[in-house]
Parts: sequence; structure tokens; C-alpha cells
Amino acid sequence: MSPAGGTPGDLRGGGEKGRAEALLEVRDLGVEFRRRGAEPVRAVDGVSLSVRPGEVMGLVGESGSGKSVTSLAVMGLLPRRSAHVTGSVRLAGQELVGMAPRRLAALRGDQMSMVFQDPMSSLNPVVPVGVQVTEVLRTHTGATRAEARDEAEDLLRRVGIPDPRRRLKDYPHQLSGGMRQRALIAIALACKPRLLVADEPTTALDVTIQAQVLELLRVLVAESGTAMLLITHDLGVVAGLCDDVTVMYSGRVVETARRRELFGAPAHRYTEGLLASVPRLDGPRGEPLRPIPGTPRDTLPWSRACAFAPRCAYADVACADPGMALREPPELGGGHAVRCVHPALPAAAATAGAST
Amino acid sequence: MSSGITPPPGAGASGGAPDDRLQDDPPGTPAELALEPEGEDERGTSLWRGAWRRLRRDPGAIVGVVIVGLFVLVALLAPVIAPYEPAGAQWASQVTPSSVPGPSDDHLLGLDSFGSDLFTQLVYGARQSLVIGVVSTAIGLVFGAALGVLAGAFGGWVDTAVMRVVDILLSIPSLLLAVSVAAVVGPSPTALMIAIGAAQVPIFARLLRGSMLGQRGADYVLAASSLGLRHRTVVMSHVLPNSLGPVIVQGTLTLATAIIEVAALSYLGLGDPNPTVAEWGRMLVRAQDRLATDPHLAILPGVCIAVSALGFTLFGEALRESLDPKLRR
Repeated sequence: MSPAGGTPGDLRGGGEKGRAEALLEVRDLGVEFRRRGAEPVRAVDGVSLSVRPGEVMGLVGESGSGKSVTSLAVMGLLPRRSAHVTGSVRLAGQELVGMAPRRLAALRGDQMSMVFQDPMSSLNPVVPVGVQVTEVLRTHTGATRAEARDEAEDLLRRVGIPDPRRRLKDYPHQLSGGMRQRALIAIALACKPRLLVADEPTTALDVTIQAQVLELLRVLVAESGTAMLLITHDLGVVAGLCDDVTVMYSGRVVETARRRELFGAPAHRYTEGLLASVPRLDGPRGEPLRPIPGTPRDTLPWSRACAFAPRCAYADVACADPGMALREPPELGGGHAVRCVHPALPAAAATAGAST
Repeated sequence: MSSGITPPPGAGASGGAPDDRLQDDPPGTPAELALEPEGEDERGTSLWRGAWRRLRRDPGAIVGVVIVGLFVLVALLAPVIAPYEPAGAQWASQVTPSSVPGPSDDHLLGLDSFGSDLFTQLVYGARQSLVIGVVSTAIGLVFGAALGVLAGAFGGWVDTAVMRVVDILLSIPSLLLAVSVAAVVGPSPTALMIAIGAAQVPIFARLLRGSMLGQRGADYVLAASSLGLRHRTVVMSHVLPNSLGPVIVQGTLTLATAIIEVAALSYLGLGDPNPTVAEWGRMLVRAQDRLATDPHLAILPGVCIAVSALGFTLFGEALRESLDPKLRR
């Protein structure tokens, strides 16, 4: 945990005047999976991020980078026995790490809720959609059956499900993929949570539906002032929806910035590679894709060096620095932090990396 | 489904999106609704309605349903169908040590070795088998399911404790367990039901627990917990309904076993002590000493036992297949 580095919340302070105070403050979050007779696995290491009301924070990374585990840790949904969570997760000032399960359950679905990746398997196949919407309402608001049903109907209408009264009686398999995801979003937003965690909400949908669902999320978040933590590996989604972006690699944050800055001037070599690997419509035809060499499994433990070094074209001996912290080079805009000794810096960047 | 040309699932809806998940859609997606003549029925229906639809197309299931239906009908309408009262041996004088009167105008299937009407005995026997079968299965299901829910819902040491008890019960052969219970409680219909039910408890417990454990890791359970639902609600209204399918199937299969066990226990003299109550197992016992001269006395109740058990088995198997999500289309 020691080389976790500064928190973007602190770093951001100066250049970001007039922004609301963060609703979700994650500091130095660590998750370690311990199994009897096996080496503990450190899935998340010193992750810090903050999300403000009405804004969307994108959490980006490859499979296995720890982004989903981070989201589950925020929601307190990791199995208590095998997952060891350290650090701090504050929702509107309330510390969630170590909170009693009963109190945490009361917050979940009410103050914070989550949209999952696969809408088919996240809805209970043998329970009508309507019941799944109303049970959240009844659990948290104490509404009567009839009140909850009317509210549920209204919710389904708001997420764009036609003929909501009849749909309430339908079972999940009778809805199309896009409608199922809309229903899940309706369930997640039923109690007007202050924080919405969306774990790859569009991965299981086809492209046209993806756009609709993202637009729906954008409108709902903007209207209600909900803070949203969006986990994704799709940079297109990030570009369309997020205000801030945090890039994770091998369990740590490697870069965090406002969306515009991240896309305009990616500083970490991994982010740079990610952006370069996106195929472009305006590029010449037949241009080969430019993947990042290697696989996410070619990593070094952060305790020895930069985990990305084995795949990085700029790697040298300086990268074997176990104490590499998240820092904010002055060449970059305020709040743009990067964990790299050879970051890509705009303009006179030749000397970058010499400092520590 | 067997109907002619089947379009690739998901085609038309997704525009050929390269996503496997979309193509795995069960029936009911708009594209398929339009293509399938019975699609309209799918609206506002449950998984059970769909299962029923598939059940209707399976010849084995139809045979099973017909047998089970006949059996239940005969059991319910026994006083109407049977030409005589079941009690007593009114025609005992016609029975001699060497011969039993065969079929005649008065007696469709002749008399049994005690001098009662054989057809009447068989008809009332169905009633006895059904009552004991259903009640004992219900006992096994209720207690077994309770233990299974306990183990499946809490896990940890509760699970371990419950399952060890169940393992002990399972290690005793079910008939032996039933015999012991019947021997302790004494011969009576109640004892018979408890005995047969007790033997089924571990099977149901283990089945439901396994099924619940399988569901506990499902995405919708995580999703339900992410909504802050109470553990009790998650277990009772999400995990349990999804785990019941195999248990219900096992229930119908158990009915078949129960009918055989009723016969077996009465054969062993642990059934209803009242000799006037018609019971297939006891009819087999009585037929024993006349097997050489009048084999039909044993064959007819034997066939009744076999056919009713077969009916429930066929029905259970078909139910299992129609409820299996992997075979669902």
C-alpha cells in the first residue's frame, strides 16, 4: 500500500474552481483476495478517485485491471470471507469500508446502486419484471404494494419502455436485450440513488442499443444530479459520456484527468497506446490496427517496477522504481495525474521523466 | 422446435451483431414472436406456461399424463366405479383351497383369495396408493425442503451440520429406514406415510441445497444484493424460486417410488392393520400361496403398481426435460 501516491482529489483542488464537492471519495482502496493455501492476490492497490454529483467518472482498463473489483468494493459487495478490503470509501462523508452489513445494505439500492453488465443474467428469470422493480421500492421507501406498482410503472416509462403497465407482468425472457437493460436501469434508479455504479452497462448490447442506453444514462444522470461511476473498456463510451477518466492498469491507477485532457494529451504510455489502438474511421483504408504489444498478463509486480514496463516501448532502467507515485507534471493541466517516469508530455517534453 | 426451416436465432432483431449473448435469447424475443405461430400465447405468460407448451409435444409426457390422470380419476371416483363395497369378504364361501372363481357376470375379474370382488379391490387400492403416496411425498418434500433451505441459505457451519445429518440418513437404505420407522411407530397408515416420507427427506434436502448453492453465485443474486434487499428476501424470493424446478421434478418421481414402497411395506406386513382396506401390496401377499393356480391374483395388482409408477416416472422425466433451461428453445 505504501507507494500508492497522492490522491487526485487533492491534486485537482486549484484548477477546478466552482465544481461541487465530491460525493464519492475513494482513497487508497486496496483489495486482496486471500485463499487458504494460496498466495494472496492483490486485485486492487491504492486506488483513489472521486465522483461529483451530476458528473460521470469513467474507470477504464483492460480485463483484469481491477476495475470491476473496485466497483464491487465501493458497493461493499465483495465476499467478506475471502476479500480483504483496505483504505477508505466515503459516500457523502460516510465511511463504507468496515460498515456493518445491515447498515450497508440499507444504503445499497437507496443511496447507491449498480447496473450490471449482462441484463439477462442480472434479472431473475422466474420473477416478473414488475416485482423486481417494486421490491426495491418497498424495501427502501416502505411504499405499499399499490404505490410501488404505480411508481414502477412510471419508472419503466421514464427509461423508455413502451406500454409499461403490461411490461410489469412480463418475465425477463419476454423482453429484448435493450429493454432488459432499461429495466435494470429503472430498478437501479428506483430510489433515486445519489451514486450510480455502472459496470460495463452496454457490453452485452448491440451497437445501436448501446447508443440508446448510454444516452438514457446521460440524461438520467444529468437530470437527477446523480454521481456516476462508469466502468468500461470502451473508449468510445468514455468519450461520449464521461467528465473525468481514471485509467487502471494491473490494479493501480496509472492516469487520471478530465476527459478532454486525457483524450487530447494522454500522458501515460499505456493510455497513449489504448488511444492509438482505436481504429479510426477517417484513417486510410486498410491501415493495420496498432495494438499494444503483449498481453495484460505480461506484468511486473508494482512492488518491483512499473507493471506496464514489459509492454512499453519507452521502458528503461528508471522504470524499475518501486516507489513510483501518481504525480502531476506541471506541463499538464491541473488535475491531470500520471504514474510514469517517462510520460508523454505536450510541447517541450524532451526532458520529461528526468525528475522524480 | 421441430418446425421446418428455423431462422438463425436472433436474426432480424440484432442485425447480425457479433454478440453471442444476443443470440442465446430464449423464445420470446420480438423477432421470434413474429415467426412463431403460437408466439402470441407467450405474452404475459410464465416459464411454467412455456414448460406446459413443450410438455404437450412429448409423446412420453402425454402417456405419463394420461396414466397419472386415469390413476387419480379412479382413486377419486372409486365408490362410483367399483361395483361393490370394498370391505368384507361377502363371497368367501365360493373360495375353496384349490380354486378361486374367475371372471363372471357378477364379478368382472373374479374374486380374490379372501372372497372379495377383485375389481373393487383394485379400484380402492388405487385410492390407498394415491393418498399414501401423495401424503408421504409431501412429508418428504416439506421437511426435506426445509432442511435444504436451511443449508442452502446460510451456508457455513449450518450447511455442514445439516448436510452431515442428511448424509447419515442417506447412508441408510430408504426401505430399511422406512421399515425401521414403521416398526417403531407400529403398523398404521400414518406410520406408513411417515416412514416413506422420512426416507425421502434426505433426497429432497440434498437436491434443494445443491440447487440453491448453484443459484447463489448467479448474477441476479449479486444484483439483488446490490439493491440492498434483505438476505431473507434474496433467498426466499430470488434463490428459492429458481431452485425449485429440480425439486418439483423429483417430487413426481418420488410419487412413483412411494407407490412402490407402499406396496413393499404392506407386503412386509407394515401397512394398514385393517384387513378390509384394499391395498395393492397386501393383495400381492394374499396371492402368494395361489401363484401356481391363480397367477392373475398377483399379476393384476402387480400391473397396477407398475403402470401407475411408470406413469409418474414418465411425467416426471418429461417435466424435467421441459423445465431444463438448456433444452428450452
